[in-house]
Amino acid sequence: MAKWSMVIDLDKCVACQGCSIACRAENNTPAVKPEEAKLGRAMRWNDVFPLPVASPDENGTYPNTTMRYIPRPCMHCENPPCIRVCPVGATFKNSEGIVEQNYARCIGCRFCTVGCPYGVRYFNWHEAKWEAPMAEHLNPDRVEASGVLEGPAVRPLGVVEKCTYCIHRLQKARAQAEAEKRDFRADEYVPACVQTCTGKARFFGDMDDPNSTVSRLAKSTRAFRVLDEVGTEPKTIYLREG
Amino acid sequence: MTITYHPYNKNESIILDPLQRRVTSKDVMLWGALLILLGIGVYAYLTQWFSGLGETGLGRPVYWGLYITNFVFFIGLAHSGTFISAILRLAGAGWRKPLTRAAEAITLFSLPFGVGSILIDMGRPDRVMNIIFYGRFQSPLLWDISAVSLYLFSSIVFFYLSLLPDIALCRDRLTNVPAWWQKMYRMLALGWTGRPEQFERLEKVLDGMAIFMTLLVVTVHTVVSWVFGMTVQPGWHTALIGPFFLVGAIFSGTAAVVIVLAILRKVYHMETVLPVSLFNYLRKLLIVFTVAWLYMMLAEFLTTGYGNLADEMPVLWQKLTGDFAPMFWTMGITVFVLPIIIFVFLGKNNIGWMVFASISINIGMWIERFLVIVPTETRPRFISPLMDGFAIYHPSWVEIAITVGLFSGLSLLYLTFTRFFPIVPIWETTEPEEAERLTQEHHV
Repeated sequence: MAKWSMVIDLDKCVACQGCSIACRAENNTPAVKPEEAKLGRAMRWNDVFPLPVASPDENGTYPNTTMRYIPRPCMHCENPPCIRVCPVGATFKNSEGIVEQNYARCIGCRFCTVGCPYGVRYFNWHEAKWEAPMAEHLNPDRVEASGVLEGPAVRPLGVVEKCTYCIHRLQKARAQAEAEKRDFRADEYVPACVQTCTGKARFFGDMDDPNSTVSRLAKSTRAFRVLDEVGTEPKTIYLREG
Repeated sequence: MTITYHPYNKNESIILDPLQRRVTSKDVMLWGALLILLGIGVYAYLTQWFSGLGETGLGRPVYWGLYITNFVFFIGLAHSGTFISAILRLAGAGWRKPLTRAAEAITLFSLPFGVGSILIDMGRPDRVMNIIFYGRFQSPLLWDISAVSLYLFSSIVFFYLSLLPDIALCRDRLTNVPAWWQKMYRMLALGWTGRPEQFERLEKVLDGMAIFMTLLVVTVHTVVSWVFGMTVQPGWHTALIGPFFLVGAIFSGTAAVVIVLAILRKVYHMETVLPVSLFNYLRKLLIVFTVAWLYMMLAEFLTTGYGNLADEMPVLWQKLTGDFAPMFWTMGITVFVLPIIIFVFLGKNNIGWMVFASISINIGMWIERFLVIVPTETRPRFISPLMDGFAIYHPSWVEIAITVGLFSGLSLLYLTFTRFFPIVPIWETTEPEEAERLTQEHHV
């Protein structure tokens, strides 16, 4: 069984936020008004954000300033705190290690959002809306597996959503292989953020295959996992700068 | 017709007086005001129902705010009654008798508002049945739902049982009330005749239930705290959170009893039924709880501060010196400093001071609940503090209107109850020798 994993090389990341935009287009995450963003309601399944360097709140004072950015998709933890607290099983880890969300079952209690130490879960505070030209260019993919919506079809009001490692792309790649009557290869499945990455800083693949790129990169001395001490065992792995 | 026996209580007419009062213009004004506030709350909720939780001031990372604070507060308030009627019953503290019902009524009526607060906080209240269809007992929220609904159910039974002899008394004494009112008493009295063996059985059941209710008091609020404690978030993930919540719950609940009793005493002229000595007993309890609260506070804050863990400290500083410092220190004054001074030096035999301190405690305890929940959310480990909207939470008018609506709904429910049923248990407050005399008579 495959174990999907992502490696992000911070040395190569130029913080262009292309991954964020690719994710938005791929997964139909709604854009919010600036005043809503000020309330912390911007939806970025894949966020790229500055991290404080000098003190807890800043990047130092001139001339000793540093900037540090980190791209952050879902960590797809092996031991996810979010699914443990869900009262209705609306979020769950599938057999290939991807943490999914069942939008049709979620009751919107937001226990998972406060339980996740990475803040990767987003809540639909308002009905998702797009301006006229954008509304016509939504990703039409609608993939349902075992009765659960996995595709980027627009989520309803009042439920939680999150990065799925573009799981619908996996479904489509599998379907294609089946249609062509051949075996599915792990490298046929790549999330949108990885595909688009300008600096080629992102890698994706099967951690169960010892020869995959992600397996080899994960053994690098630069490899680290965010908040490893919390015991979540993230499958999104970073390579340290420098 | 069967003969019904009622224990003789010399204060019966005083206790039954509120039930026979005429509705005055003052009553109408008070009910009207509460109804209007409740109505505004309902309107606010409808707004939220149709356009979503976006109507609140919540966002990311502060996903939980006023509603969850209210939830914890109402469940805490509910601990007043069970503490006084169950734990003190087991302890054999006879002085509790006149105030048991007033306290239990707080329990009974605030529990639905606690449950309601959770429902109000849900993004998809229309899917509430999913909790039953797909409920996962691994989730602390399910523990909560089980604990609170069991608590609500047991409280109803416990409350109703101890009310039974008094309903029968109302049925027999209040013959001049409207027919539907009479009918209600007749139905609810379940044919109670007050024979000694009935009383014996009732006492036995109440004693048994008191043990069960005592267990529930401890469990329920601990479980409520575990919604926070079971996550790995800084400030929440501590073993002390359970006992701390429990102490706080009994503390705010007992203080609420003081407030309610003082109002009942004044409005319904129950000076003889609810003597000052009662308040003095509660005062002593509250001194203990105030100190216990400080003990918990110090135990938690010193452990966190001394340990100085990188993730924990930002939350601690948020409370001590950061955005929440004004609230934090207000809480310290209202929950500890003022009450301890008042209860120890000024409160003895002085109901006014005691009520003042109790109101102060309840304001402070509401703030405490808020401070447990929100500061942790404002210092998440991995959400950048440099981003827009970080750690901002200003409750919207919808949240405030719903909160006010909930509190006025609770008051309305309570005062309506006092006009239909005796708020001081008549059968429990008879003189002991009177009761014995009656028992012997019946056996003859």
